[in-house]
Order: sequence, then structure tokens, then C-alpha cells
Amino acid sequence: MHIIAHEGTVAARPKARSRWWRDAAGIALIAACGAAGFWLFPDNLALLTRIVAVALLVLSIDLIVGYCGVATLGQAALFGAGAYAAGIACVNGVTEPMTLIAIGAAAGAVAGLLMGAIMLRAHGLAQLVLSIAIVQLFHEAANKASAYTGGSDGLAGLMVSPLFGLFEFDLWGRTAYLMGLALLLLVFIALKFVVASPFGMLCRGIKQDPIRIRAMGAFVFPVLLKMFVISGAVAGMGGALAAISTQVVGLDSVSFELSANALVMLVLGGLGTLYGALVGTVIFMGFEHVVSAFNPFHWMTMVGALLIAVVLAAPGGLSSLMEKVSASKGRSS
Amino acid sequence: MASATLFIQFRTSKRKGSMQTILSIAIDALAFGMVLFIICIGLSLTMGLMRVVNLAHGAFAMIAGYIASYAARDLGLGYAAGIFLAIIGTIVISVPLERFLYRRIYGSPELTQVLMTIGLTFCVIGITNYFFGPTLKTIPLPQALSQPVDVGFRTIAAHRLFVIACGAVVAGGLWYLIERTDFGIKLRATVDNAAMSDALGVRTQVVYAISFAIAIGLAALGGVVGAEFLPIEPYYALRYMVTFLVVVSVGGAGSIPGALIACLVLGLVDTTGRYLMPEFGNFFFYAAVILIVCLFPRGFLGRAQ
Amino acid sequence: MSALFQVENLSKSFGGLAVSRDISLSMPAGERLALIGPNGAGKTTFVNLVTGQLKPSAGRVLLNGQDITQLGAVRRVRKGLVRTFQVTRLFSDLTPEEHVTLAVLQREGKATRILSRFHGNSHVADEVNGILATLGLHEVARRKVGQIAYGQQRLLEIAIALALKPKVLLLDEPAAGVPSADTPRIEQALERLPPSLAVLMIEHDMDLVFRFAKRVVVLAAGEIIFEGLPSEVAADPRVREAYLGNYANARSIA
Repeated sequence: MHIIAHEGTVAARPKARSRWWRDAAGIALIAACGAAGFWLFPDNLALLTRIVAVALLVLSIDLIVGYCGVATLGQAALFGAGAYAAGIACVNGVTEPMTLIAIGAAAGAVAGLLMGAIMLRAHGLAQLVLSIAIVQLFHEAANKASAYTGGSDGLAGLMVSPLFGLFEFDLWGRTAYLMGLALLLLVFIALKFVVASPFGMLCRGIKQDPIRIRAMGAFVFPVLLKMFVISGAVAGMGGALAAISTQVVGLDSVSFELSANALVMLVLGGLGTLYGALVGTVIFMGFEHVVSAFNPFHWMTMVGALLIAVVLAAPGGLSSLMEKVSASKGRSS
Repeated sequence: MASATLFIQFRTSKRKGSMQTILSIAIDALAFGMVLFIICIGLSLTMGLMRVVNLAHGAFAMIAGYIASYAARDLGLGYAAGIFLAIIGTIVISVPLERFLYRRIYGSPELTQVLMTIGLTFCVIGITNYFFGPTLKTIPLPQALSQPVDVGFRTIAAHRLFVIACGAVVAGGLWYLIERTDFGIKLRATVDNAAMSDALGVRTQVVYAISFAIAIGLAALGGVVGAEFLPIEPYYALRYMVTFLVVVSVGGAGSIPGALIACLVLGLVDTTGRYLMPEFGNFFFYAAVILIVCLFPRGFLGRAQ
Repeated sequence: MSALFQVENLSKSFGGLAVSRDISLSMPAGERLALIGPNGAGKTTFVNLVTGQLKPSAGRVLLNGQDITQLGAVRRVRKGLVRTFQVTRLFSDLTPEEHVTLAVLQREGKATRILSRFHGNSHVADEVNGILATLGLHEVARRKVGQIAYGQQRLLEIAIALALKPKVLLLDEPAAGVPSADTPRIEQALERLPPSLAVLMIEHDMDLVFRFAKRVVVLAAGEIIFEGLPSEVAADPRVREAYLGNYANARSIA
């Protein structure tokens, strides 16, 4: 019995190494796809930058829904908080882009703290309704505070100074896209560490059975609140990136529709894997761009049908479907 | 809910004296609350009984609105026929959806239900607009409902009274159905303990299907008679999705009096807020929601689990 | 020996219904106590009161002489009062190794760290492997819990509890639902529990109770009706009455 136990210990090392290699390869793949987008669609960089910003939002939802099991339909409140904070700072003379991103992250984190503190008081349906009410409240507040936010006209005229004092934000959006891509990669790597940490494992445990976690002597509320703050920072960076790249912040950045769409993207891609969040965002927004230009109602029908199909037939999302396909191929070869 | 402004705008005169103002707000709030009630009570039933968070509930009200508009305006069949056809048509559409989609998510986690019904909502919006075109659909009121009625000390729009009466009839009818009929007994038993009722010979699948049809029929009725408050337009199902869900969870899923209280309270908060401070939009509505949900996590009269 | 764990006059009533009445218990370190009683005797309520899931209407719970009655469930675990669950509560897509690692990290106050790796700590890994080996779970250490046998899941419940280094361990029916072929493995695991640990076991399986416990407490209708040696239980008239009612004189309980 004890001999086998020692074999188990020895086996630990190679597995950890292969995991590390897989992550490195995944990140390289994301970087390669991003670079390919840059070369293949030079006329659509604004869209690609938007995709990157929304990908940050979807990643932030994954942290809460996929890793902690807290359902939310109000995540755009955090995205919007970041966007407006960066926008207002920019209009008031803080124009350095990395500072603006940091401001967005901070504002998102604070909003996440607030949202978590309210949402985590409730469970199930009440929690979901609170998330919706919070994003709607943010929306109305942003609309009302038009002196700062521009109200329904949006906050326009953001003049961002060159990145590191060197790279102008050009008309084609090259600087904005490359900055966004770099930001996304950094955030992705950071989140890989977060979900692979003891804290990340604790969250996965809470998602499955909070009572068991309490019986292990761990408090649930502060852990979830911490994740809300992290998630808020990520969403806030997404909002700030959107503000910097489009030089406008509109009320749609803090809306139920954006929250719901982002959740749909996550579910299409696959909950609880960071890759799923990226895959879902790219596929959803790519198709939206093509089909929606043709007929927005066809687009809704298509997304709706796809969503029903995924929920009923492939609860793991498209990324798990791909994994299954590649796994079965690997077995047959 | 954005449309609540529509019917308030024509009573702009704050000069009329405060009594008049208060009465106007009260009537509008009551009528608006009743519209919410007629639509939401169906959702409350679905959520309380089948434990399904049906975000597509508003989509059925929208389908009904489109059918009624088509029948009453385009075919010229009249308001009553419009309401009747809309209810029948919507229920007919809902039956296969219940059988093939909803039955598969009974008992699933909330997130699954939310996502599937959002998907269904998207499909309904896409398909309806493909067939009927992306324009605002009006449902012309008959002569009798479009004129003011003199109630002695002042006049009230007849349509308001009609809506309030509809709400009262729905509340009374449902109460009778649930408390006084054989079906009501089976329904309550199934709500309390589905497995036990099944064992006792209640055909719970049938109870579910009938309740679902009733819920959809009420959504249809509310969609049509409430079109003056919540106009039938391409994104109706999405625009009011949140409103309906919020109202039900504030009232407590499955409770008729709870839903009635929630609709009246939220109708009053919304109408008053818009009347007195229109620039705040839905701010007070959602502030009230957060407060209520924090204080009563199961809603006003929700069942403890 | 002085009492490590004490329950004094613990009572709980829901409305007018008393489900626990004036329960007092005292356990020294190293105790092996079995709590038995017919269905509905209030055993689960007792566990919930002791672990902090329920607030008692009256009475005190003391650990190491310190009053912990007002502490929440989490703080009691941190003080060393740990329980297992009657129906396993495990994370189906994690492995036994991950479960125990999480428990060890939690005990060391490292479970909420973001800037370290879950799998990266070799001294934690050694401890985890040790615990899994003691309970014979090393073979399935890397399999998802959803895919291992129920008996092994029950052992994992014990492994998690041990990883928290408890002073007092409450075992809520450790052999419930385990096929009889696997009960010897549970029994073996129970025999190997650290000698200084005070163990309170709730169990229906009388063979297991008699082999494991040095002392038996019988609960009926929320009250302690017997406290003494396992060998004396069967002969006690009140116990016979509680279990067998009117048939008490006709048959024996074992």
C-alpha cells in the first residue's frame, strides 16, 4: 500500500510540467491569432479592438459565473464603471493611456466590491434579480448625471495622449488594437495564475458546495467578494480600453443588454474555462458583425437557436465540444 | 416601462391643483399596476409551480400583441376578436414549446433556464419581425374604450377603467380557480410536493401543461390590453423581460396576492417617480427593487423553502 | 482526564416542539463515543447544534474549557471541532488529492492565497499523500471523485476531516450507504484515527458501534436515556423500550 503511495508522489512532477507547457502553448496561440487579425483585417481594427474589450468583460463574467457559480446578468455595471471612470478622467486632463486603464481597473474593482456586497446577501433568483437591478440603477445614474457622463448623448471628445509618449492613437486604430491585445494577454496570464492558485480552487469548491467549504473551516463570503473585486478590475479594464479606443463612452456600455449578451458569449464558448470566454466572444462578435449587417433579426434568430441548442445539447459550450472532437480524433488515430 | 411616460405626458398641468394630480397619478398607477399584474401573474405561476425562470414570458405577450394588431387593424376584425384570437393563437404556439423545450429544463439550475429562455426570446423577436416587419404595432381601441368616462367628480379614460376591471377579474378568477376548483386542489398539491402528488395519482405533467397554457394565455391578455402602456414594438420581449422578472421576484414567485401587491407598489413607485421627477427615469423603480429584494429575499409573500 | 469537549444542558425547540432536551455530554481527549438512537431521536439536530449550523435555545458548548456556543460554524471548525457528513458532500469534478490539499491549505491559512500555486507546495503534497495512504485512497488520488466508489468517497470524507487536524471529530454515520463488503475498510480507517483525537460517532450499524466505541450514549425523543459501556446497552430497559416499544420483552435488539 505504501509503495504505491510513493509512486503517486513521483508522478506529480511530470503532470505539472505538461500543464505548464499547455498553458504556454495556449497563450502563444492567442497571441498568434491576435497578430493574424492585425495583418488580415487592417480595415476592421476598430471591431477587433471592441472584441478585445468585450473579451475582458466576458472573462470577468467567467470568474464569477464559471468559477464561483454566482449567476449574474449585470456585469456591464462593472464594465461601464471602468469606461466612465476612464472617460471622465480623460476629459479632465489625465490622458496617459496606461494610467487610464489603471483608473478603469480601480473603478471596476470598487464597483465590483459594491456589487458583490449587495448580490452576495441573496441567493438564487433573488441574486439574479439584484444583479439586473444594479446594472439598471447604474444605467439610470449615468443617464441622470449628464453633467459628468454626457447622459444619453454619451461622453465624447476623449483626447488620449500617445502610448508611452511614442505611439499616437492613429485613425486606423493600430495602436489601440495592439495595446488592447497586449493587455488581454497580460490579463489572461494573470487570470491563469489566479485560477490555478489555492484561492481559485477554493472558488471552484464554493461553486459546487459552499456548505462543504464552511465545514472545512473556510469563510465563503470574503472569498466570493474578493473574486468580485478581481472580476470588477478585469471588466473595468475592458471598459477603459473601449473608452480609449473609441474616444466615446455611451450609455450602452452599462446596460442589461450588454450584460446578457456577454453572458451568452461566455456560455456559447464554455463556462469555467478561460479559453471558452475568448472563443465565445470572438465567434459571437465575428458572426454578429457579418450577419447583423445583413439583417439584425436573422442574427437574433440565429443566436437564439444556437443558445437553445448549446444549453440543451452541449452544456459545456463550443470549447468543450471542440475538446471532445479532438479527444475522439486522438483516440481513433 | 419607458412608455409609462406616454400616458403621463398629456397630463402636464401641475397647475390643476394637488388633489387632481394625486388622483391622476393614482388612476394611472393603478391601471399600470394592473397591466403588470395580468402579464406577470402568469410568470409568477410558472416560476412558483414549475420552478422555471421563464425570461421568454414577455415574448408570448409580444406574440399576442402582434396577432391582435394583425387581426384588429389589418384584418379589421375588431378589438374583442383581436383579444380572443391573440390568446388562442399564443397558446397554440406555446404548446409545442412547452412540450419540447420547457419540459427539458424543469428542475435545471437557474442559469440554464435563464439562458434557454433568453435564446427563445431572441428567436421570437427575430422570427416575428421577419414575418411582420420591424415597426410599432398599434391595436386600435373600440369607440367605447377610447373616450373618457364621467365618474361624477371628474372624468377618467375608459381604457384605464377597462384595464383595472380586467385585472380585478383575472385576480378573482385565478383565486376561484386555485381555491375553489378540483384543478386548483391538484395544482396546490403539485406545488407543495410534486413527487407525492404524482404518487397519489395526480397527473403532474398534465397539471404543468395546463398551468403553462393558463400562464401564457394571461401573458397574451396582458400584452394586448396593456399595449397602451407597453407598446408592441420589435424589441418588446427584451425591453420588458427584466421588468416582468423583477416584479415577480419582488412579489414572491407563486403568490397571487404577492404579485398583486408588488405590481401595485412598483406601479405606484414608477408612475409617481416619472410624474414628479421624470429626469430620473427608472432610478426609483430599481432602487425600490434592490431595497425590497434585500429586505425580503423571497419576495413579499414568497414561500419559504 | 479533564474534559476536552463538553456539552452542557443543550436544548432546542422549534416553536413549542422540543427536539433536544437538556443534553449534557463530556468527552476527554482520546474518547471513542458512539451516539445512537432510533430514527427521529434528534441525532442530526444534535450534530447541527454542536457544529453551529443551528443555534441552541439554551445550554453551552465548550471546547478546551472555552465557551464556543456563540461562534459560527466556520470558527468552530478552526477551533478544532470538525464533522463529516451523513450524505457525502464532495466536489464531483475534483480529485481526492485536490480535496485533501484544499483542506490542508485551509488549515495552514493558505487557502485564500492568490499569489501561489495550488499544486506547487511539496511539503503540503507530502502531508496529503500521507493522509491518502493511511486511508488507502492513494490509488484513486488522481481520479475525479464522481468516478470513485461510494465507500472510497466515505473514506475521503474522513480524510478531509483529518487534514484539518481536529481535536474533536464528529462522524455522522460514516458507514451509511456503504456496501457491506466495504465496511471493513471503513472500520480499519476508524481504528487508525489518531489516538489523542476525541471521536463522537453517530451510527446505526450496531456491530460497528460495539467494536469501535468505548462508551455509548443513547438518545431518544431528544433526551439522553442511557450512558454507559457498550456491553450494558442491550440490557437497559429504557433502551429496549425506546427501540422496541411494546415488543421490548419479546425480542433483543442486537
